[in-house]
Amino acid sequence: MATMTSDEISAIEDRFPQVFRRPPYKRFGPLLLLLGTVLYLAYAMWFFSLPQVLRESHWERLPLFLSQWISYDLQPEFRLDQPEITPKYPRFSALGENPDPDWVIKNPDGTFTVQIDGPAKSVTFDKTQATIVANGQTVPVSLTSGKPIVTGPVPNWITAHDDEIVAKMGFAGEVRVTVDRVKVRKRFLGWANFVFDTRSPFFGKSAGEVISLIVSGPELKPGTSNLALAGDNIWNNAQWQHGDVWTKLLQTIVMAFLGTLLGGIVAFPLAFFAARNITPSGVLSQVLKRFFDFMRSVDMLIWALFFTRAFGPGPLAGSAAIFFTEIGTLGKTYSEALENIDDKPREGVVSTGANGLLVQRYGVIPEVVPVFISQTLYQWESNTRGATIIGAVGAGGIGLKLWEAMRTNSNWANVFYMVLLTLLVVFIFDNISNFLRRRLSRTIHDYNRIQAERG
Amino acid sequence: MTISVTAPSVPAASGATDQMADTWRRQTSLRRFYTALGVALLLVAMFASMWFADEANAGHFFDRLPHILDFLSWLVPKDWNDVWRALFDIASPHDTGTQEFNFPLGRVYVWGGFYVPEYFELMLTTVNVALVSTFIGFVFAVPFSFIAARNLTPHPVLRLVVKRFMELLRAFPEIVIAGLFAAIVSIGPVAAIIAIGLHSIGALGKLFYEINENIDMRAEEGLRAVGANWFERVRFAGLPQVLPNFMSYTLLRIEINVRISTIMGAVGGGGIGEELKLSISRGFGAKTLALVLLLFTTIFIVDQFSAWLRRKLVGEQAFLMGA
Repeated sequence: MATMTSDEISAIEDRFPQVFRRPPYKRFGPLLLLLGTVLYLAYAMWFFSLPQVLRESHWERLPLFLSQWISYDLQPEFRLDQPEITPKYPRFSALGENPDPDWVIKNPDGTFTVQIDGPAKSVTFDKTQATIVANGQTVPVSLTSGKPIVTGPVPNWITAHDDEIVAKMGFAGEVRVTVDRVKVRKRFLGWANFVFDTRSPFFGKSAGEVISLIVSGPELKPGTSNLALAGDNIWNNAQWQHGDVWTKLLQTIVMAFLGTLLGGIVAFPLAFFAARNITPSGVLSQVLKRFFDFMRSVDMLIWALFFTRAFGPGPLAGSAAIFFTEIGTLGKTYSEALENIDDKPREGVVSTGANGLLVQRYGVIPEVVPVFISQTLYQWESNTRGATIIGAVGAGGIGLKLWEAMRTNSNWANVFYMVLLTLLVVFIFDNISNFLRRRLSRTIHDYNRIQAERG
Repeated sequence: MTISVTAPSVPAASGATDQMADTWRRQTSLRRFYTALGVALLLVAMFASMWFADEANAGHFFDRLPHILDFLSWLVPKDWNDVWRALFDIASPHDTGTQEFNFPLGRVYVWGGFYVPEYFELMLTTVNVALVSTFIGFVFAVPFSFIAARNLTPHPVLRLVVKRFMELLRAFPEIVIAGLFAAIVSIGPVAAIIAIGLHSIGALGKLFYEINENIDMRAEEGLRAVGANWFERVRFAGLPQVLPNFMSYTLLRIEINVRISTIMGAVGGGGIGEELKLSISRGFGAKTLALVLLLFTTIFIVDQFSAWLRRKLVGEQAFLMGA
């Protein structure tokens, strides 16, 4: 910034004493606040024993887990102590019943070659020796002396344990060699068997083949059309459980919708009796307001746990929990909006001699309905997000499914699939709600302006 | 109610008034038709949802309704004094060695015979999770919000990147972040802090940059005229205008985060949520009531305190509704 002389500075200081010579509590307030925050953070670090937790955490798992969101691996194992070397795949492997991938090659001389990433990252082995190729280096491993021994220098991407040689090849996978077996993990980008699982008759067929089967092929399962069979196979895909996931997602949506709507319906009449300027009785107003506070402060979690016990796990419990919380939240916001209305239209209707109900209908409701609807939509939006979480305690919806998929730490691709669907739903509902609220916003803008003018 | 319109200033004889009344009537009936249609659709959706929720639930509504009070019966303790004893970990005369009544077991001894009751310790964990994660949210949301504000952004491309990033943080289910970090930093409050903190960055950042976009730009122009750089302009022209509103929204976020951290607790994030879930699922009446009482009181106090402070900071504006 431009520099000033000390005279100019002191002249400005004299002109604006309220800026430059403030009382001590104002001058040192921010500093004290900062000091307090720092002290609190130090306390919190001790409280959560943060240094220890961070020391014991496994950050190396993070990239691994994240890569599993969008990839899958195949793990063939080759026993070397059998008369003949044959590849074995785990049960339920993504390749189905009769795997014969082109990256496992049986050479004419009896050795096997497994290409983890083309010939550049591969392993070739027989019962006496394995040759690991990666990063432009070729590393021979001798298997004859009862222990796997790397011949020559050990590069840094290979870890030589006493009884096992582990060669890590980054994202592509890894090779583990012992004297009696070779284990390969090869990682593929994408989601395996997303449409048809390995039990489906459509498994392994290209999109064109599937379409021609559906359009003109012979019935694969007698008595069922191929279209129905394909639909059924997709819906009941054992690995991805499309049917279950989509049903649970719908449950989450329904929970938020039902809870918010019913909450709004119940809160609407109550708010009129709670608003101080409308209610006939001050006691009633206080009682209702404390009731709203109660419903809000007994957390959604508590309601969810109670209703899960009362109705059993499922969306009914979730809807009821959101419903009860929303009576409090919407009741409070509705009654606050009612207390802030402009009294003139109401007086006008009262002066015509209309009865109590008609005064509300023509003097109050036209003014508050846009605000009510906007508030309700806002709550609906936030409940759609919230319903995911309370689902995890058993209140129905996708939350529990997400939580269960995560517990094993092995199903991250499924987790990501459900996350994507949840994000999509939140995105769609945000936009619907935003669109509706924008249409109402002019009215609300006027309302807020009147409030601002009134102070 | 029908309102008869008489307009003395308009010449009575002309057909113009009739025409006006006619148009008005047509418009109203059209609007009423649309309103009725909307309400009807909403009701259909509501009943369909009710049916769907009931079908998918383990127990059905009308089957379970008569038993609602049975479910409340386990909640009523044999001795109401046990609620206090459970809350403060005082030995109960009904103690038979089972977990349900062995209250002193949970005492957290701090110094000699002085102890913090178990539930207070757990409540403190939950509140601390909320406070620390709100702090994380605030610290990151402030710079992000200035980058994401249309009028203050250092670069439009950067603005778009930061905005999208915050949207992602906001929409990403907290429970997944918590689950991911539970596998990395071990299950417990730290994973919950990371999850709620990341969510708070997105949630606060959005509110903050909307405030930033509505500031009075004359102060910024003045600083720009004397050659202030971006940081100086934001610090001396932006921040003083928006800080009260920032603090107000941060307090609101603390209220929300206390609730979320309770729920996170119930799915493994530590704190009072976990204990409450256990207590309800095992049917410990006195313990459940003690926990609900403590949780209710805490949330109530946090809400009231935050509302009071927000009113002091920004006045009634804190309670107006955003369009």
